[in-house]
Amino acid sequence: MSTAIRPAPVIDIPTGTRQLPTRRRLRRSSTAGLYLAGLLAGGALAALSGSGIVLAAGYGAVLGTVAVYVVSRSVEGRRTATDRLVTCVVVAAFGIAMVPLVWLLWTVVSKGARRLDGTFFDSSMLGIVGPGGGGYHAVLGTVVITALAAVISVPIGLLTAIYLVEYGTGRLKAAITFLVDTMTGIPSIVAGLFAYALFAVFFGPGVRLGVAGAVALSVLMIPVVVRSAEEVLKLVPAELREASYALGVPKWRTIVKVVVPTSIAGLGTAVMLALARVVGETAPLLVTVGITNGTNLNPFDGRMATLPVFAYYQLTQPGFPPGFAIDRAWTAALVLIALVMALDLAARLIGRCFAPSTRR
Amino acid sequence: MAPRIDVTDLDLYYGSFLAVQGVTLSIEPRSITALIGPSGCGKSTFLRALNRLHEVVPGARVEGKVVLEGSSGQVVDLYGSDVDPVDVRRRIGMVFQRPNPFPTMSVYDNVAAGLRLNGARMNRSALDDLVERSLRAANLWTEVKDRLDRPGGGLSGGQQQRLCIARAIAVEPEVLLMDEPCSALDPISTLAIEDLMTELKEHFTIVIVTHNMQQAARVSESTGFFNLAGPGRPGHLVEINPTGKIFSNPDNRATEDYVSGRFG
Repeated sequence: MSTAIRPAPVIDIPTGTRQLPTRRRLRRSSTAGLYLAGLLAGGALAALSGSGIVLAAGYGAVLGTVAVYVVSRSVEGRRTATDRLVTCVVVAAFGIAMVPLVWLLWTVVSKGARRLDGTFFDSSMLGIVGPGGGGYHAVLGTVVITALAAVISVPIGLLTAIYLVEYGTGRLKAAITFLVDTMTGIPSIVAGLFAYALFAVFFGPGVRLGVAGAVALSVLMIPVVVRSAEEVLKLVPAELREASYALGVPKWRTIVKVVVPTSIAGLGTAVMLALARVVGETAPLLVTVGITNGTNLNPFDGRMATLPVFAYYQLTQPGFPPGFAIDRAWTAALVLIALVMALDLAARLIGRCFAPSTRR
Repeated sequence: MAPRIDVTDLDLYYGSFLAVQGVTLSIEPRSITALIGPSGCGKSTFLRALNRLHEVVPGARVEGKVVLEGSSGQVVDLYGSDVDPVDVRRRIGMVFQRPNPFPTMSVYDNVAAGLRLNGARMNRSALDDLVERSLRAANLWTEVKDRLDRPGGGLSGGQQQRLCIARAIAVEPEVLLMDEPCSALDPISTLAIEDLMTELKEHFTIVIVTHNMQQAARVSESTGFFNLAGPGRPGHLVEINPTGKIFSNPDNRATEDYVSGRFG
């Protein structure tokens, strides 16, 4: 075959003879307007028939969807109309999913804000009857016990995950995976009773210790750390491990210097999410740590206060008049939610800051 | 320094599946040996057996003998019971099909990775020298010397592959294995890497797996042709001969069919 360069064939494309078929499209604002009109009509219908806000929203969503579909079908054709119908259904499903979340947040914020003051954060319940008092001791107790639980479960959880991904084979791996899966499903009260029974062996019945609570939380936290860290470690490409082996790097150094640094963002996120999962646990702390009115920050010495248990006792044994204690319970719940949100936010920040960048 | 590699009756398994059967060949020092053959015939598996990377795959095992014969006459059986695979891999470096720089490390750290990860202590200026020397040897220095602290993953594909070559030669191996190093690269980057291989063979024994027969013809001194009898059957070495002979007058009919494009 000759290698001479032939001129490229000239293809004559007549301009303007072939065009893509144009279709009539509804404008974005008009579909949104139609849906809104349907919602309003539904509201009016509900008002006329004297039904509540839930029915009104239901009528409105159905009417809006039907309006959008019918108009779109007549203007744009069947395919686009189906697209819009599904969009409407998805938006409605999203709205329904958001209802409990927003409702809950609104309730907790509106009721908890009443006592969200300086006193709540700088006084304990020592000698408080009636107004005043706060959750200072409970906030710090939660921080101490959760941190202790993290100290126990993060090394165990991460090392287990590393074993499962990097070393585990055969029966032992299958057995560990099965046990971790089972542990994920343990009811939290069982974890609490286990820790209580364990410490009762050494300290006698009726023992209440912060560290027992941390052990109970660890039982709940370890499987979460293992499962999520395992998924994260699996995402590290095998090519990176092989690149490291090919440089004559031993396996353990490959894990410490290549696998873990590559997945550090994901591992941080895994730990934070596991913490967020256990920070609001009530039942295990109720049986292992109990409650106290004063500030006790030593987890090896007697009862401590924690936010969930504090909220529980303020609500169930409010004293008289009950209003003040119930307000404190709501504020404790609000602080707890804020704590969980802060942990989630920290998880995201960790994920963003430590992710390997490909900046040129 | 560059050793000769003698392979005798090598069988490679994945679990109970025999992937490559009965390979016997010699790889000459300070030359490029190319391995060609259809997909799935076990070229890459064979290559990975040479630096004991094959056994990293769960269930994979090796039977047979691979002997490294240094220029001073010292002989090492790579699969001997007293040989640590980690030591083997320090002597036999590898470049992979897809560029795989460490994403958490800068260009500089990627080149220094072989030493750093092995825990070697080195003063800064010696390390700087080594990094520059390796990057120059990989024809990458002029392109990256102003951005040594940027992530290695931010380079172009061809640059990343040359970075991986720099990383491999920075630990000063004696043999360099290359598993289709140009298959993900454009012709210009391919040319750069082929030129580089020709320079590197002054110091290293190079074995390259390639699907590109022109590439084998361009760069290699000898060429081995792998084939497999059928799906599910093990791959085997059909013949290994000087490259000129393989492409003009091979001993085996199957080789001639393959290099002339009649099958595969």
